[in-house]
Amino acid sequence: MLIVTNLTRLMIGPVSFTIQDGECVALTGPSGAGKSVLLRAIADLDPNEGQVQSDGLIRSTTPAPLWRKQVSMLPADSGWWQDQVSAHFANPDRMRPHLASVDLPADAMDWNVARLSTGEKHRLALLRCLENDPSVLLLDEPTAALDHNTTLLIEALLQKQLANGTSILIVTHDTEQPKRLANRILHLEAGRLSEVDA
Amino acid sequence: MSNYITLSYFDLVLAASFLLINGALSMGMKLGLERKLAIAALRMTVQLVLVGLLLKSLFSILSPWLTLLVAIAMATFAGREIWARQNRRLSGIWGFGLGTGAMGFAGAGVTLIALLTMIGTDPWWTPRYALPMFGMILGNAMTGISLAQNSLHTAVVRERAAIEAKILLGADRWHALRPVLRQALHAGFIPTINGMAATGIVSLPGMMTGQILSGIEPTEAVKYQLLITFLIAGATGLGVLLATFGSVWRLSDDRHRLRLDRLTKAKDDDG
Repeated sequence: MLIVTNLTRLMIGPVSFTIQDGECVALTGPSGAGKSVLLRAIADLDPNEGQVQSDGLIRSTTPAPLWRKQVSMLPADSGWWQDQVSAHFANPDRMRPHLASVDLPADAMDWNVARLSTGEKHRLALLRCLENDPSVLLLDEPTAALDHNTTLLIEALLQKQLANGTSILIVTHDTEQPKRLANRILHLEAGRLSEVDA
Repeated sequence: MSNYITLSYFDLVLAASFLLINGALSMGMKLGLERKLAIAALRMTVQLVLVGLLLKSLFSILSPWLTLLVAIAMATFAGREIWARQNRRLSGIWGFGLGTGAMGFAGAGVTLIALLTMIGTDPWWTPRYALPMFGMILGNAMTGISLAQNSLHTAVVRERAAIEAKILLGADRWHALRPVLRQALHAGFIPTINGMAATGIVSLPGMMTGQILSGIEPTEAVKYQLLITFLIAGATGLGVLLATFGSVWRLSDDRHRLRLDRLTKAKDDDG
């Protein structure tokens, strides 16, 4: 569960909303409206004001690294700091069997980051996010660089997370994706959030 | 110092004539270097003559306050140089303050200890010893710190996605910034390390050469050179560490965020 109260950052807010356990909320809005800014603020990646809670954890009293393990954000451009894919996972062997769920072969763990396509990077970054077993996922256009079939595969993976009780806030420009995945749609424009009929 | 050879002004003119040959060649080959060469040579001459006069009067006046004032002026100029050599600087007072503070603290600390224990003149602040030593230590610390800070400030912007990816996975700021921190420390330490490694084989240090030319026994000159080089390396290392860790601390906050908003880009790349 994610409870956001009076969150303010730059041109956004104050905004308040709640995402229940196992609920998926799509975040839409024109480019530049601040959808990524809002996600970053919830993950406490930029200075911001307001209260955020998740599963009994109050953000302001939780050490930031612990908060970000529980409220995990997947940015639009993934970051890599080692040559090999496996070096980016805390426990690569535990995650190896899960590679199939993002349509990658088991030896993808041993690949070089330099040879990854944008889509492959995205899928591996998503898997990396799941390694901490977060209770909230903040996803910034996780399927933007993927073809239709892979998109459906990722959505199936996300459905599985939802069934386990994970709350998901997903930024998307794909008008069909919320219909397949989301329980509700929040629209961000001019710094204000409004509920849209799904 | 019995066999010290005094130079005449004619000797200097003769030595400068080699530069004139270079200038003439540059004009002949249309390299366009003659103007820059002339200005640099002229600048150096004026600066050194003035410094010579200043040091001469400082040495004879023998005032602790005047010595301190000159030392502070040297540190301020060196600090400005650190600031100017960075393409991206910490914003506000930190841009000048952190590098200058780290350099001043390390340089002054090491010089002070050396004067009080190893050199042991009376009084300990005798400008003839204090100022040249402080200057040499300061110059090297300045180079190290500016290289380290420039490396760090460039790398955090370039590696932003990677650093934030680590932070998002639950790393604390020191862990997330360790690779760029290491790179920056390397950049700051390398000139000192390379300098020590090449000394005596590739080149004789300027100070030692000067002492030998002025009649000091080579073995004595070597002892002095070793002492100074150890002091320089120690102070540079300490200054680089302080400035780099300070920069990392300033470029992140207690919520373990990367704070690139505390970095400003220099307006033009004149450094």
